[in-house]
Amino acid sequence: MALIEFENATVEFAIYNATGRSLKKQLFQIATGGQIGSDERGRVVVRALENLTFSLHDGDRVGLLGHNGAGKSTLLRMLSGVYEPSSGRARIQGKVGSLIDISLGIDHEATGRENIYTRGALLGISRSNMKKHIDEIIEFSELGGFIDMPLRTYSTGMHLRLVFAVSTILRPEILLMDEWLSVGDEGFKHRAEARLAGMVEATRILVLASHSRELIMKTCNRVIWLEHGKIRMMGDPRTVTDAYFGAAPSELHAA
Amino acid sequence: MLKYSAVAAMSDIAAATRRIPLVGILGWQDVRQRYRRSALGPFWLTISMGVMIATIGIVFGSLFNSPMKEFLPFLASGIILWGFISTVINEGCVSFIASDAIIKQLPIPLFVHVLRMTWRNAIILGHNLLILPIVFIAVGKPIHPIIFVSVMGFALMLANLLWVALILGVACARFRDLAQMVGSILQVVFYLTPIMWLPHNLPAKVSIYLLDLNPAYHLLEIVRAPLLGHAPSAMNWTMAGAFAVIGWTAALFFYGYFRRRIAYWL
Repeated sequence: MALIEFENATVEFAIYNATGRSLKKQLFQIATGGQIGSDERGRVVVRALENLTFSLHDGDRVGLLGHNGAGKSTLLRMLSGVYEPSSGRARIQGKVGSLIDISLGIDHEATGRENIYTRGALLGISRSNMKKHIDEIIEFSELGGFIDMPLRTYSTGMHLRLVFAVSTILRPEILLMDEWLSVGDEGFKHRAEARLAGMVEATRILVLASHSRELIMKTCNRVIWLEHGKIRMMGDPRTVTDAYFGAAPSELHAA
Repeated sequence: MLKYSAVAAMSDIAAATRRIPLVGILGWQDVRQRYRRSALGPFWLTISMGVMIATIGIVFGSLFNSPMKEFLPFLASGIILWGFISTVINEGCVSFIASDAIIKQLPIPLFVHVLRMTWRNAIILGHNLLILPIVFIAVGKPIHPIIFVSVMGFALMLANLLWVALILGVACARFRDLAQMVGSILQVVFYLTPIMWLPHNLPAKVSIYLLDLNPAYHLLEIVRAPLLGHAPSAMNWTMAGAFAVIGWTAALFFYGYFRRRIAYWL
């Protein structure tokens, strides 16, 4: 069973090199980002997330909506366990996997095969476990002989196929994504789509940050709308996307 | 609260030791990345260090009027070990800062990054150690079986370096100026510690300060003395052991207390 429970979880960054608050910063705050304030010791702090309270259970497919700087990435990082809340509580039960920045740790001078093991080690997959998957990864990424060539000789497509194939062998209980991963040309795209869908299917809780209405409507059964680091609205996809994007075109017709 | 933080630190460190394969891969990757496509690889460092030792050896050896058979092995082992000590401490300052991409993306126990940095430098140390047999043969110095004690000494030295690197890594993630300060201090310690000069060249009055009260001297001595064929003094062992115990106790509380802030500071 996977479970995520947030109780007044707040993420506050103290900014040590900001000397104070200027008018420009105040204006900026209205346009984008978390809230800039100062703590009791007079330091400048950015409140990236403020008092988030929600809980997610098995079967939840959660869409995260919000403008750039609304706190989506920070929330994803808190869910992955990178940030612990600076106040409040965040309880995360279950193995977390992430499809964010799947190229992290890639060494361009190393061969594809070496990089598979490096990526695997970063994700916590042992070498012996990786050995079982390696043929499948090589076959899926369609790299053939290139697997033993340095990554700098790869095309962008080949690079993406490789890191995609490695990252999608995981079967986490909680899966975090920032937009839907889409890789390769037409032929590969379908196979990638199927593989990703399988992974999403297998996970107990999905949290997907996106700017796409269709994607959220298609994938999610709950939506959280973040604004300035706070939950603006939380509910079923239809209601929240309508509020966020404006009423769907089809409904405008009907009205 | 304090007790809790020490437990948190220990569980992070225990989790890091379960990720040793990752430490191994990343450490090797660092070394290889620096030297890929160069024919000699890390041996370039060995060569430049060898040249440095030979030059300093000739100049200072004649300056101090020391016999080469005694001075050159002393200098070579001192400089090689000091190279390891100072790089681990210097790079320890940036071990978290340099891994910020990983730290902000994957929930990997943070001590892994300290271990990775130490492992990378241990690999380089391994290359540099090749200079020693060459020097020993060149000056005709026999090898004494006590040399194996240096393995024990190295383990104790490593235990000390790890806590220093851990504390500095946390502190430097917060106070970025600290790394520069540490660099300058190490520079001074290098001259205050008998590496380029022999301890018995020192007047007895000064030796209390530069030897007995110098932690770097004790750390160096527990490895260097057995390499050169004599046992480290009881004082060397006691001091190095005491530093390890006191340092690790402090490091556990310190690290446990600030560990969760590190991702915020990067």
